[in-house]
Amino acid sequence: MSGNSIRDTFFEECEELLEALVEGLSSMEEDAENLDVVNAVFRAVHSIKGGAGAFALNRLVNFAHTFETVMDKVRSQELKVDEPLMRLFHRSGDQLADLVEAARDDREPNGESEAAILAELGTYLGEADKEEEFTFDALGLDFEAGPIDLDLPDDSPSLRRFDIRFKPKPSLYANGHEPLLLFDALAELGALTVKADLAALPEFDAFDPNDAVIEWSLSLETTEDETVLHEIFEFVDSLCDLDISVTEDIPERDNAVEVEEAPLPLASASPGPDAPAPQPAPAIMKAAQRSEPAEKKAAPTAAQEAKGPRPTLRVDLERVDRLINTVGELIINQAMISQRIEELELPAVAHLTNELEAYKLLARDIQEGVMAIRAQPVKPLFQRMSRIVREASEATGKKAKLVTVGDSTEVDKTVIERLADPLTHMVRNAVDHGLEKPALRDEAGKDPIGSIRLSASHRSGSVFIEIADDGAGLNRPRILEKAIEKGLVPPDTELTEPEIDNLLFLPGFSTAGEVSNLSGRGVGMDVVKNAVAALGGRVSITSAPGVGTTFTIVLPLTLAVMDGFVIRVADQTMVIPISSIIETIRPSRGDLHRIGTDGQVIPVRGAYVPIVDVARNLGLSPGEEDASNGVLLLVTTEQQGLAALRVDAIHDQRQVVIKSLESNYGAIAGVSAATILGDGKIALILDPEELVKLQPSAPYFPASTPPRMELRHA
Amino acid sequence: MTTKVLAIDDSRTIRNLLRVSLEGAGFEYHSACDGVEGVEQFSEVEPDVVITDINMPNMDGFGVIETLRTGPNRTTVPIIVLTTESGADLKARARTAGATGWIVKPFDDASLVSVLRRLTGHVV
Repeated sequence: MSGNSIRDTFFEECEELLEALVEGLSSMEEDAENLDVVNAVFRAVHSIKGGAGAFALNRLVNFAHTFETVMDKVRSQELKVDEPLMRLFHRSGDQLADLVEAARDDREPNGESEAAILAELGTYLGEADKEEEFTFDALGLDFEAGPIDLDLPDDSPSLRRFDIRFKPKPSLYANGHEPLLLFDALAELGALTVKADLAALPEFDAFDPNDAVIEWSLSLETTEDETVLHEIFEFVDSLCDLDISVTEDIPERDNAVEVEEAPLPLASASPGPDAPAPQPAPAIMKAAQRSEPAEKKAAPTAAQEAKGPRPTLRVDLERVDRLINTVGELIINQAMISQRIEELELPAVAHLTNELEAYKLLARDIQEGVMAIRAQPVKPLFQRMSRIVREASEATGKKAKLVTVGDSTEVDKTVIERLADPLTHMVRNAVDHGLEKPALRDEAGKDPIGSIRLSASHRSGSVFIEIADDGAGLNRPRILEKAIEKGLVPPDTELTEPEIDNLLFLPGFSTAGEVSNLSGRGVGMDVVKNAVAALGGRVSITSAPGVGTTFTIVLPLTLAVMDGFVIRVADQTMVIPISSIIETIRPSRGDLHRIGTDGQVIPVRGAYVPIVDVARNLGLSPGEEDASNGVLLLVTTEQQGLAALRVDAIHDQRQVVIKSLESNYGAIAGVSAATILGDGKIALILDPEELVKLQPSAPYFPASTPPRMELRHA
Repeated sequence: MTTKVLAIDDSRTIRNLLRVSLEGAGFEYHSACDGVEGVEQFSEVEPDVVITDINMPNMDGFGVIETLRTGPNRTTVPIIVLTTESGADLKARARTAGATGWIVKPFDDASLVSVLRRLTGHVV
């Protein structure tokens, strides 16, 4: 493993730890007394500090250390968590995340906020805590004195001789200590002589290997202070009888003499040849211990390392994507085989169709399995939003809390990544524009703390993400006024409420009287809408005065495969997502009603649904005069409600692999992507929502110019 | 026979670093990500030396040392504490529990390896 990949794992781990930190902090908000939670928070910060130290990320270490020290005070119940401290913890968590990110990207973090937070954290620390400032240069090996500085300054203390009596107790060996190691450390301080006293050694048959019988007398000539010697013995202090005494000051000698009196080889520590038991007690015990485990083979190291709370496997994303691509090809291939077999018109080979059906199911299982690899819970994404809410409420002087629902909902990794920006913007907007100031809320009889509710769920093959605030609701007169002022709609327009709401998505629309430095970052709702549309999803708004506003993002479950109807439109084969179709209608002529010159509607359970001719909207043909020739696909659209799409015929229902059109060709209005069919031909995948909109205001107002296919080369 | 090291640390980063240093130095490396798993691993692996962190979930380093020194499978193998802490009271606690040594993170590869070799009877 290269150093870089270890560094990478560190930052990956940091992300997990930061997640745990955010989660812990929000639990603390509810119950700051819960020691388990406080411990978890402490550990997260602590682990970041530990890892950061290994990579000499001193700034990160320093911050984590201060943060941790304050958290430790909470842990030891020295410090009580109140609201300002909780806020400080949140900010510290955010800052820590910033520092981690900066370290990862090797850039300069925001020093201003860092210093401010450090100073604030400092106010919770006593003088003693500050003295215990974290140092990073020392390798604090207690049984090994620091390396000896060979370039001793001239004013070094004089050479002295220490006589040491060292008699280990049995517990010294029981704690895994090795006298040789201690002597080794002493030998590094100066000239050492070691003499083993074997007087207490019993006859061989009376020998108890668990007992400690050997004692040593040592003599060390060193310039070091006595405390250094005690440090060496620190960990055996209570496990032995130790007596250190300074016997004399030795006059300075020159180096030549010192070399001559070089430390005795450590072998001298072992008893002489006449001793009956040459092995020190611990070595015997160790040997006894070792004979047994040799039989038991330990599990392979890799498996041990992988064994954690939940075994996981880290895989390069590229490999997964390659697999997904291959599975996509497999599905296309399966469709081709199905088609070929159908063309053979073999009536009696029932077996073959059975096997083929099984093959289809297997291919689908594989595909779902592969998709699941890419699926990730939205939780980390949602957690990030708590910071946005916090920052936004602080910047606007509002009070807000974030409520998340369904954060275990799994969504494709790419979707999560590309949703981060739009979601951030919407959450920020919700606080900035959605919520009222605390005083206003109070007047309205609401909780002064506004709530932003972020929820995710799976519904009928789509992912729903809602951003709801409990604010004042959209100010529709103001929105309309603004839109007119900006020339986005003609002054005399009469719009329905949903139409007014949708003005927010127009490019260049901004309701805020002055551009606040919070929401006004050059990103409008149109950008949000485009980002979501690029993921094959859409955004809609609902709002009620005094109750709040809800934005709903609907996304396809996966970006790679979908179930579709293969349809024919003006002699072309196309695909339409099944998820968008409510039902199919084969109309009789009597069902259809003409409205205006070329608008038609069909009654569906008491409501009149406009008929949209797909061929005409795509500019492929002037459209079919008689809508009863063909099939109507009833779809529901976010903006226009129900619509019936007229197509020539439905050929088939199958799973298709989505190939992006934009990366290969360019965006086409009404078309979301393309796919390869079983016969190897390319078919366009239609986007009902856009398709319906292509016919502006039809069928109630006949379009003056027939809409054209709009091609924009990428 | 290779010397077996069991490292108990909840940080994947630290475990990775230890693995690289120790496997590179010829040790047989085993690891556990918390105290409870560490004690389990100890019986399974029967290491020659244990390196443990202090702050860990489920069972902390003190718990590990106490269990290994006084539990049913009491052992005399060296147990080295590897931690970012350096407080005297913590050290004293570890010592009382039966720790053999205390190394402050970040650790230096070469020194750690040399300490381990000496502790486990390897000739340096």
